[in-house]
Amino acid sequence: MIEFDHVTKRYKSNVGLDDVSVKIDEGDFVFLVGPSGAGKSTFVKLILRELVADRGTITVKGKNVTKMSAREVPKLRRNIGIVFQDFRLLPKKTVYENVAFAMEIIHKPRKAIKKHVPQALTMMGIADKAKKYPDELSAGEQQRVAIARAIVNRPKILIADEPTGNLDPDTAWEIMQLLNQINQLGTTIVMVTHAKDIVDKMEKRVIAIEKGRIVRDEKGMYGYKEALADSTNMFDTIAVKKRDTFRAGFRRGGRK
Amino acid sequence: MKTFFYTLKQAFIQFGRNRSMSLISIFAITCMLLILSLFFIMFINVNAAAESVKGDYNSIEIFLLDETTPEQADVMVQDMKQQKGVSDAFYKTKDEAMAEFKARWGDNGYLLDGLADNPLPNSVVVMISDLEQADALAAHAEEYEGIEDVKYYKSTVDKLLKATKFIQISAVILMIFLIIVSIIVVSNTIKLTVFNRSEEISIMKYVGATNWFIRGPFLIEGILIGVLSAVLALAITYLLYGQIVDIIGDQVYQMLSTPMVPVGFLIYNFAWIFLALGVSIGSCGSIISMRKFLNA
Repeated sequence: MIEFDHVTKRYKSNVGLDDVSVKIDEGDFVFLVGPSGAGKSTFVKLILRELVADRGTITVKGKNVTKMSAREVPKLRRNIGIVFQDFRLLPKKTVYENVAFAMEIIHKPRKAIKKHVPQALTMMGIADKAKKYPDELSAGEQQRVAIARAIVNRPKILIADEPTGNLDPDTAWEIMQLLNQINQLGTTIVMVTHAKDIVDKMEKRVIAIEKGRIVRDEKGMYGYKEALADSTNMFDTIAVKKRDTFRAGFRRGGRK
Repeated sequence: MKTFFYTLKQAFIQFGRNRSMSLISIFAITCMLLILSLFFIMFINVNAAAESVKGDYNSIEIFLLDETTPEQADVMVQDMKQQKGVSDAFYKTKDEAMAEFKARWGDNGYLLDGLADNPLPNSVVVMISDLEQADALAAHAEEYEGIEDVKYYKSTVDKLLKATKFIQISAVILMIFLIIVSIIVVSNTIKLTVFNRSEEISIMKYVGATNWFIRGPFLIEGILIGVLSAVLALAITYLLYGQIVDIIGDQVYQMLSTPMVPVGFLIYNFAWIFLALGVSIGSCGSIISMRKFLNA
């Protein structure tokens, strides 16, 4: 489903990814772990073709992303759902409208929208919240809306960028159950996370990236000792800042 | 079709949300179009006047005293034909002159019918082939007996032509500056709406909306600003120029014996120019403001 073949991506001053080769099969559930700045974001951005690799080839759903023209990028992204740590819901739209929006902008017929949006909301357990606005919902509910939006177009791949980062442990675990459910319906999931508990509990494939290289790829554990996990948390403020500038960069359309 | 309506609806919503900035940019662009129209009006009128006088440019007219006989005039004609730089010379009677005069006054020609006598003199018209010789020929003509005056338009026409050219060049320079300023004004206005909707746009991109789909509403918003400005400027020009023609049109006619360009004709032509300018300024402005945004 997703294949990296000797992929290298460098930024001006540091390395994003360094000669990475990895294969993620259809129906996989993969955790992407590692310290901040290790290259997890780069990995995700390369899949979405928000960034273009300097060397190597990336294949997503049988298509060579590295050689893709800008014109084809929207088509690629229609096959990938994405969920963020900060939900990114539109505050002036209701829950229903937020989810329907994802279908409207890719010209889905009204009939399909009327059918699929309630389905997605029901699956996420928030059908009763359809007419509410995002700021009337709890964080967990907002993330459910975001997931509903990500899956409403039935993408083959779902990318979750620290989806539980803003949630308390119980809510986070609920969200994980939902993702697991989506995965069992056949969607490939790539989840970037720092949450040790969750990774250990889920017992899925874990890819650890450090300094732009894959240092570990095995089923099971988060792998870092508590100490390291804690130290990453210490850096989280910096990481969040960094990520925010990154996102601001994306919004401005720049490349960092 | 559905997409088209979506785009149109979004554009109007954005325009409404960003009303004050939209109005400010409409105001700015209207002003720039008005300055432009002022220059165009000057240019067109001076040009028209110059064109009508241009016919006299390559001729010298020797007005004769009433007692001068056609035979004497014929001597002058023959003499002039001998001169260097003269292509033709002929005798023009006062009746011919009157007929020509009437023709030039066009619809108002009937006014001349009220005259008891034809006040125009007989004349000898000398066509000049070599303009360098014009001054010498005029001086030569002054020496004939039985003439009233030698009329020679060179300096007037020269001045008019210079003025035309000057106005033409200034209009082009001014136009370029004004267009650049307008594009910047529009692109800044659109940028504001783009920032207001940056979250929405980033989600649209992630979900896989095409760039043109994202750009559409902003493009329409820009064009809307441009077209509204054009219509406003056109209306103001129509009212002002109409007034001007009403007030000084007759004087201009008497001074230059050529009418001012009529309002209807002017507005009809301006309409196309203004709309084209408005649409291109609007669309350029919005595409520029979006460009950075969509390059990811």
